[in-house]
Amino acid sequence: MSRNGPIALIYHTLFVIFMLAPILVVCFVAFTPEGYLSFPTDRWSLRWFYAIGRYPEFISAFWRSLWLGALSSAIAVAFSVPAALAIGRHRFRGRDAMTALFMSPLMIPHVVLGIAFLRFFTELGLGGTFVGLVLAHIVVVLPFALRLTLASAVGLDRSIEHAAISLGASDRTVLRRITLPLVLPGLISGWALAFINSFDEVTMTVFIAAPGTETLPVRMFLYIQDNIDPLVTSVSACVIAITAAALIALDRAYGLERLLVGRSVDGR
Amino acid sequence: MAFLSLEGLSKHFGTHVAVDGLTLAVEKGEFVSLLGPSGCGKTTTLQMIAGFVEPSGGAIRLEGRDLLAVKPAKRGLGIVFQSYALFPHMTVAENVAFGLEMQGVAAAERTRRVGETLELVGLGTFAGRYPRQMSGGQQQRVALARALVIRPQILLLDEPLSNLDAKLREEMQIELRQIQRTVGTTTILVTHDQAEAMALSDRLVVMNHGRAEQIGPPHEAYERPATPFVASFLGRTNLVNGTTVRPEKIWFATSGLAGKVRTRIFQGNHWLYQIETADGLVTVIRQNTGEAMPGEGEAVHLAWAAT
Amino acid sequence: MKSAPYLLSLPALLLFGAIVIIPLVMTVLLSFHDWGQYKGIEPVFVLKNWHEVFTDSYFLEMFWRTFRIAFFVTLLAAVLGAPEAYILNRMKSPWRGLFLLVILGPLLISVVARTLGWALLFGGNSGLINKALVSMGLISAPLPFMFTETGVIVALTHVLMPYMVLAVWAALQRLDPQIENAAVALGAGPFTVLRRIVLPQVMPGILSGAIIVFALAASAFATPAIIGGRRLKVASTLAYDEFLNTLNWPLGAAVAVLLLVALVAIVVGASRLVERRYAQVFG
Repeated sequence: MSRNGPIALIYHTLFVIFMLAPILVVCFVAFTPEGYLSFPTDRWSLRWFYAIGRYPEFISAFWRSLWLGALSSAIAVAFSVPAALAIGRHRFRGRDAMTALFMSPLMIPHVVLGIAFLRFFTELGLGGTFVGLVLAHIVVVLPFALRLTLASAVGLDRSIEHAAISLGASDRTVLRRITLPLVLPGLISGWALAFINSFDEVTMTVFIAAPGTETLPVRMFLYIQDNIDPLVTSVSACVIAITAAALIALDRAYGLERLLVGRSVDGR
Repeated sequence: MAFLSLEGLSKHFGTHVAVDGLTLAVEKGEFVSLLGPSGCGKTTTLQMIAGFVEPSGGAIRLEGRDLLAVKPAKRGLGIVFQSYALFPHMTVAENVAFGLEMQGVAAAERTRRVGETLELVGLGTFAGRYPRQMSGGQQQRVALARALVIRPQILLLDEPLSNLDAKLREEMQIELRQIQRTVGTTTILVTHDQAEAMALSDRLVVMNHGRAEQIGPPHEAYERPATPFVASFLGRTNLVNGTTVRPEKIWFATSGLAGKVRTRIFQGNHWLYQIETADGLVTVIRQNTGEAMPGEGEAVHLAWAAT
Repeated sequence: MKSAPYLLSLPALLLFGAIVIIPLVMTVLLSFHDWGQYKGIEPVFVLKNWHEVFTDSYFLEMFWRTFRIAFFVTLLAAVLGAPEAYILNRMKSPWRGLFLLVILGPLLISVVARTLGWALLFGGNSGLINKALVSMGLISAPLPFMFTETGVIVALTHVLMPYMVLAVWAALQRLDPQIENAAVALGAGPFTVLRRIVLPQVMPGILSGAIIVFALAASAFATPAIIGGRRLKVASTLAYDEFLNTLNWPLGAAVAVLLLVALVAIVVGASRLVERRYAQVFG
């Protein structure tokens, strides 16, 4: 394969700067010792990180987002597994329509989903409740969970299960000893991708969260709407650090490209 | 009474007939190959014996018992799959031990038999490896060991060598034949490779369009093909004067069918000729004995023994 | 077992029926309800909201702005992202994985945090970008980025760029590297190889990336809300206002349903076109 020339490398450098600049700026400003937005020049300070402790709504929103993500992703995976087995291993009438339906939350603008859920949950008396948030998040993260469980269901060689049967394994044993262990990595990464998407979701959640049930991104968004100060940069820096750590871990464990494209860089 | 018998076995997929009334009797300890082009019904037949495909009609009997009434998991057959189908999350030893575990064999006995079987296939030192750490040929042997360790009544081989390169395939053929002789398991091989089938089997079942065109020992099927399909599938043939003649049975003579050498290709141990004759193109194979042979463009006469 | 796949997908089907389809149908119905400052929502069937959305020039302008922004974001993402995907694809092993992580990673980082970064970079007159441009002598007076379409376009391009790189990258992966060598062996220069060999083959990737980016840009919320502020409204921020500030839910529902319908029409139409155009070559 031919190499990149100097122009390509300069372009690449500028591109990477473009991608990283806003993220790095947030992290730098978070360390300012001043009371207003500025870059730390001569002195770095953690005062704005300590300041987060004085705003319990950020802390509680963080824990809520964590629980919401974990719970809704786990439920989404539980719904995805049988659906993935159906779509991945059978040819039946309505299969394409069904797949399109399950993937539709990717295409429906989240504003529309937010509005629809706001109206629906208000009618049901679930408006502004954590249960409502969980239901809504299950739906929006299900396509991500389904995509990865589907990939592992399709990738599973049928004859491996046949081999186990021919060796005398019962249906339950095949499921427990062969099928589940083999699709498990797909399920875990499906859960992880769903979790990240739930943890980041703001557009839909902003409609259905009430003051007691705000998630972290919603709290950050509403805070920024009022004013931008160093406090929200330190909160953002924490979010960026946590996401980056999760990303690197996920990349090591599964391969980011396989997660996002469905295949890996080295053909693993 | 035959050890394994297929009686009028059929399989329809919608309007497509995959297997059409196949009848076959296999003796104990015999090595039988189902041979034919892709789509001839050989794999479907194997899957019906294994229990993964339900027949549309006919019966399968093992020692007189109705095998179709037995669940796939209880048939006690050893199967080697084309993709090997090794359990990727288990070591070689765990793969081989799986079937014994399902039979409830005690741990100590299990370890002993796994070790024995791995020795048999020449993988004694690989017990702790995972399948992906092994070459294709080694994975093949693990698959064989996993199928043999349960002492199956019948060993089913589904294109087991098709993923190996030519040289390794030849080596494995010899090894497979030796192992089968050693353990004496009745074996059914499915393959599209006529050389492989002829090298390994006691009898061939040449299949086409879901039917058996000929059942018999390889030598017999080659020398006395029952149908034109069998003749052409089991090697090159010439149709001269309305009779089929194998290319290696034709020699250059001073008189006989007159022709002219169109191409001559050297293939190491033999020469491959295409001769233009009044009867059309004739393929001739002559052993390379070091003697001078006719060149391209030369006029020749062809002779062969009447059959 | 013909019923097996239906039984397996039944739980998910019921879930989606109950909490996707019913709420969406309710939203469509809501857009036909009446609303008054003091009487609230009245469950009657009126075309008032739709009439207002289609005749009031305010809405026309707002939708026009939404799709203009989406168009420029898509264009920028394609023009900037496709070459980068190509460069990435030519990188050697450790760098390739590293930069892929750097470029695709932001996809999973909070949109709010990333937009905040742009707000800091733009930052009115004292923003970092303006300071840099002035000090380099490229401009004399600071450019307005905050609360402008330009600012929203730049920030949204950044937010959605990974989708474009991902789509082009996926197309490049399907490319046989020998084909480029074949073209070189036939005497093609590097530029010709790029234009005649590589570009036509990755075009489906660029177009499918463009469809995704356009759809997400047109329905983006957090970025236009933060960078565009209260004055520069797009469809989703307007719907938000109607719902949570003005409380005119039926009108907000009409705006949202129109956005959904327009997007579905554009996305489905464009996908069909792309598929038909490339079906013969890559079928």
